[in-house]
Amino acid sequence: MGPPPDDFPASLASAVRAGDARAIARAITLAEEGGPEGSALLAALAGAVGRAHRVGVTGPPGVGKSTLVAALARAWRTQGRRVGIVAVDPTSPFTGGALLGDRVRMGAHFGDPGVFIRSLATRGAQGGVSVATHDVADVLDAGGFDPVVVETVGVGQGEIAVAGVADTVVVVVAPGHGDGVQAMKGGILEAADLLVVNQADRDGAEGLAAELRAAIELREVGRHPQVLLTAATTGDGVEALRTAIDAHRLAQVDPAGALADLGNLGRARSGPGASEGLAARRASRAEARIRDAVDRARSAAFWAVRAEALAGWVESVVGGRATVAQAASTLVRDLPSASPPPEPRP
Amino acid sequence: MSPAPLSPSGPSPSVAPSVAPSVAPARPIRVLVAKAGLDGHDRGAKVVASALRDAGFEVVYTGLRQTPEMIAEAALQEDVDVVGLSIHSGAHMSLFPRVVALLRDRGLGHVVVTGGGIIPPADAKALEAAGVGRLFGPGTPTRDLVEYLRVTVAERRAALPRDPVR
Repeated sequence: MGPPPDDFPASLASAVRAGDARAIARAITLAEEGGPEGSALLAALAGAVGRAHRVGVTGPPGVGKSTLVAALARAWRTQGRRVGIVAVDPTSPFTGGALLGDRVRMGAHFGDPGVFIRSLATRGAQGGVSVATHDVADVLDAGGFDPVVVETVGVGQGEIAVAGVADTVVVVVAPGHGDGVQAMKGGILEAADLLVVNQADRDGAEGLAAELRAAIELREVGRHPQVLLTAATTGDGVEALRTAIDAHRLAQVDPAGALADLGNLGRARSGPGASEGLAARRASRAEARIRDAVDRARSAAFWAVRAEALAGWVESVVGGRATVAQAASTLVRDLPSASPPPEPRP
Repeated sequence: MSPAPLSPSGPSPSVAPSVAPSVAPARPIRVLVAKAGLDGHDRGAKVVASALRDAGFEVVYTGLRQTPEMIAEAALQEDVDVVGLSIHSGAHMSLFPRVVALLRDRGLGHVVVTGGGIIPPADAKALEAAGVGRLFGPGTPTRDLVEYLRVTVAERRAALPRDPVR
């Protein structure tokens, strides 16, 4: 028996699980909106989430992420897989508007219902993905898309929130972005499961790959990502990358069996991350999402009762009569205490 | 040190943190901007896309040479409120109605189809009669377009049936 006809989130969830494209699109809107109906929808979908391989694609602006994602989607389509793509672009902090242009590079897939592309604006979030990115990926997962690829905004040093979104993190760089790549190196090596030097048809690609491999060799702990070369515009190396992404997934699901066959991919060394399985990564993702949700709820509740006091402190700080640290510590210390609501156990 | 500008005197509202806010904030209007047909004049489309972004809209820009089928499928996946077409090829009398029909086939009859380009007034009238929204010729101030979309999208959203696939 289906849900009662007036229960919109529940009936929408049923249609999502049946793979209806229009329902999936509306569900994403509802999830992104983050209201009570979005929460109800996500709760109704929870049992159908977790099948898809989540692949994060990140890297500096202009290295060809969108083109590469489109080429990868083509490779997965050849395998008969239905591909979900979440493409994130920045929201203007000044107007709240956004120009979402990732589809320009993905034109070949328009009209193929086996590739579902959704463009998201960051809506004020930092780190290269929007607050709702996880939820949107969940909807595509429940709708039967596998893999679900999240392409972040062009990120710089330290902005690697995608690491939390994905089972497999692909970091893309390109020759000619020299200084940016230098600055990012530390962060790249921390976050990447696979490192891709795209635009391999350009001068300096081989050198950059060698440099990255050398830097990875020096690492004693953490991940030791494989370095691959691609030219997304011609398709060179894309099938090898697709294979490596799928192999990373296999290694997560079955570390002992698969790792033996994979050579230097995910080579286990000591330290966290080296032999991190899928369960561990999903647990840390769930923890981070819960923490984020709590932080946002607490912050909203805090400022709801503190707005007036804040205005007073702003005046004092601008007038040189108080420091920011004094303002913050007083605002937090003198928070009107609220008894927390009784806690329902999961 | 200045007096602490706190206001402990007033009654402090009780705080009941809730993860889901009871009222969702108004979501931005989403617009798909596409260049239909084979001409390569995308300056107008880019100007409009930028203006709509500056008005606080989320604009999905798809680039050149889109077929009506590609446009309708993208509009479906992106769950947009508006499809804006820029047509300079003279094919507006076939392209606009085709997009409107394909959107309706997909349960997207609520999507406002608008656009601009070189479109004679008589043609614009005929297209409006065929279910296309208002069309904006060269030189139209973009604030007219913004205002039109704000009003029209609010009406359409309010009338949208709560049926998962419509």
